[in-house]
Amino acid sequence: MECLAASGSEAVVGLLTIFVLAMFVGFEVITKVPPTLHTPLMSGSNAISGITIIGALISAGTRYSALTTILAFVAVAFAMINVVGGFVVTHRMLGMFRRRD
Amino acid sequence: MHASLINFAYLVASVLFIFGLRRLSHPRTAVGGNLVGSLGMLLAILVTLLDRQIASYGIILAGLIVGSLVGVVLAVRVPMTGMPQMVALLNGFGGGASVLVAGAAMLESLGMSAPEAVSAQFFVATAASGIIGAVTFWGSLVAFAKLQEIMRGNPIVFRGQQVVNVALLLLALVLSVRLTLAPTQAPQYYLLIVVVASVLGVLVTIPIGGADMPVAIALLNSYSGLAAVATGFVLSNNILIIAGSLVGASGIILTQIMCKAMNRSLLNVLSGAVGGSAATGPSADQVYAGKIKAASAEEVAMLFDSARRVVIVPGYGLAVSQAQHAVRDLTTLLEARGIEVEFAIHPVAGRMPGHMNVLLAEADIPYEKLKEMDEINPSFAQTDVAVVIGANDVVNPAARTDPNSPIAGMPILDVDKARTVVVIKRSLSPGFAGIPNPLFAADHTLMYFADGKKAILDLIAALKAA
Repeated sequence: MECLAASGSEAVVGLLTIFVLAMFVGFEVITKVPPTLHTPLMSGSNAISGITIIGALISAGTRYSALTTILAFVAVAFAMINVVGGFVVTHRMLGMFRRRD
Repeated sequence: MHASLINFAYLVASVLFIFGLRRLSHPRTAVGGNLVGSLGMLLAILVTLLDRQIASYGIILAGLIVGSLVGVVLAVRVPMTGMPQMVALLNGFGGGASVLVAGAAMLESLGMSAPEAVSAQFFVATAASGIIGAVTFWGSLVAFAKLQEIMRGNPIVFRGQQVVNVALLLLALVLSVRLTLAPTQAPQYYLLIVVVASVLGVLVTIPIGGADMPVAIALLNSYSGLAAVATGFVLSNNILIIAGSLVGASGIILTQIMCKAMNRSLLNVLSGAVGGSAATGPSADQVYAGKIKAASAEEVAMLFDSARRVVIVPGYGLAVSQAQHAVRDLTTLLEARGIEVEFAIHPVAGRMPGHMNVLLAEADIPYEKLKEMDEINPSFAQTDVAVVIGANDVVNPAARTDPNSPIAGMPILDVDKARTVVVIKRSLSPGFAGIPNPLFAADHTLMYFADGKKAILDLIAALKAA
């Protein structure tokens, strides 16, 4: 994964483009979620924000220095709590909504 | 694995996230949606493990195992009433991970290339990750502590709080500029930025209390997404930006809904302005004196003899007393007598968006019976009995009638328009807004003083005995 460290302002504009378009997609999709599912929406979207795990995995695997390895280990653990905890608790909640169907 | 293949897999994972969230638009498809989302995450993680930069898997494996175990235990053990603090905690971990990942990435690029060769954009993104991530982490921990009642839930306000917060934010921004301009000292500046942002995270959350918590949690939810976006800019990684944006957008939408449901601006909520201004308006004695009619379970049970339509209005008190299963039994009993029963859910009832819906779903109450405020309000006039359980400010007619009330203009459930109102509450103590509720003193209101769960159980017994 190459870092912004080595890229110029064109790359930044590319990333900004993705950011802005993704925000629009997010608004479109989330607006359609009914209020009754707002709690599972929060916990589920929360799990998705654990995507930071990807950066943590690379740092943890690169083992550049002792400090970065420790930081990355904690980051992997934190992000994984976020991911696993989020998806599992959302699954539990949504199961309750479906039971009567 | 080739970098373009990895990026293609990330694109697939991003699409899975979007499809997953789309399926949350209906309770029937939502379970599948969550699975689609988790599949996307699994794909993203597996593909990342094939990255050529990864030299060893020991630390990775250790982190994955520790995180998964903690995550599963938390998710399986948390009771439905504890969902607000659970979400707060998860938000915090996401923000914390962003701080650490951005920090590690910065140390690596500084070590691998000369500081001057690292672009300014990289440092700006790193500083943003540090600020947003640290505010999210500490803000979420404070929210968790308040909801878990480790800390007092009341707003903690001191003179000049806003000034201090703005000063801290400016300081963090100045440090970010310094970091960008002096790359050789970037790690030291990053540490300072994280410390300042941590203090800021604590200070912006302590004035938010009780009934304002839904706003705080929704906002922190959006921050945790934006922290991932910032880290995506640090790593030049599209999937972090896309997934983070989806979460950021979700949190922003929920924050807007919550603020609108309280008729307050976000700034007003963040400054913890409500609760302290109770001095204005009529006192509790003026509103209640001689007008309160207390009723017993038997008296309340008699109301249902001639009722055809009953609306139950749950509030945070329902969660506190764990009354959701008793309420389900009451609903079943009333329906067996041919009474139509529906639930009126105010958007800010409880301590997070959708809190009441989850509790009632846990008790097997079909979601079709849970009606939103705008949908159910016109029907209160045709409702024989409205039963309010542990709700206060969201049914206070002063919001409609008294322009000087602290909650003036807040959309409320028009419970007072029902033929008879039963309010189940432990005492006449005020709600979060700190003001008396004229509904309790209305001619057609009966106060049924008891703990929510015990009240419903006694009511069921009285109904069966009659």
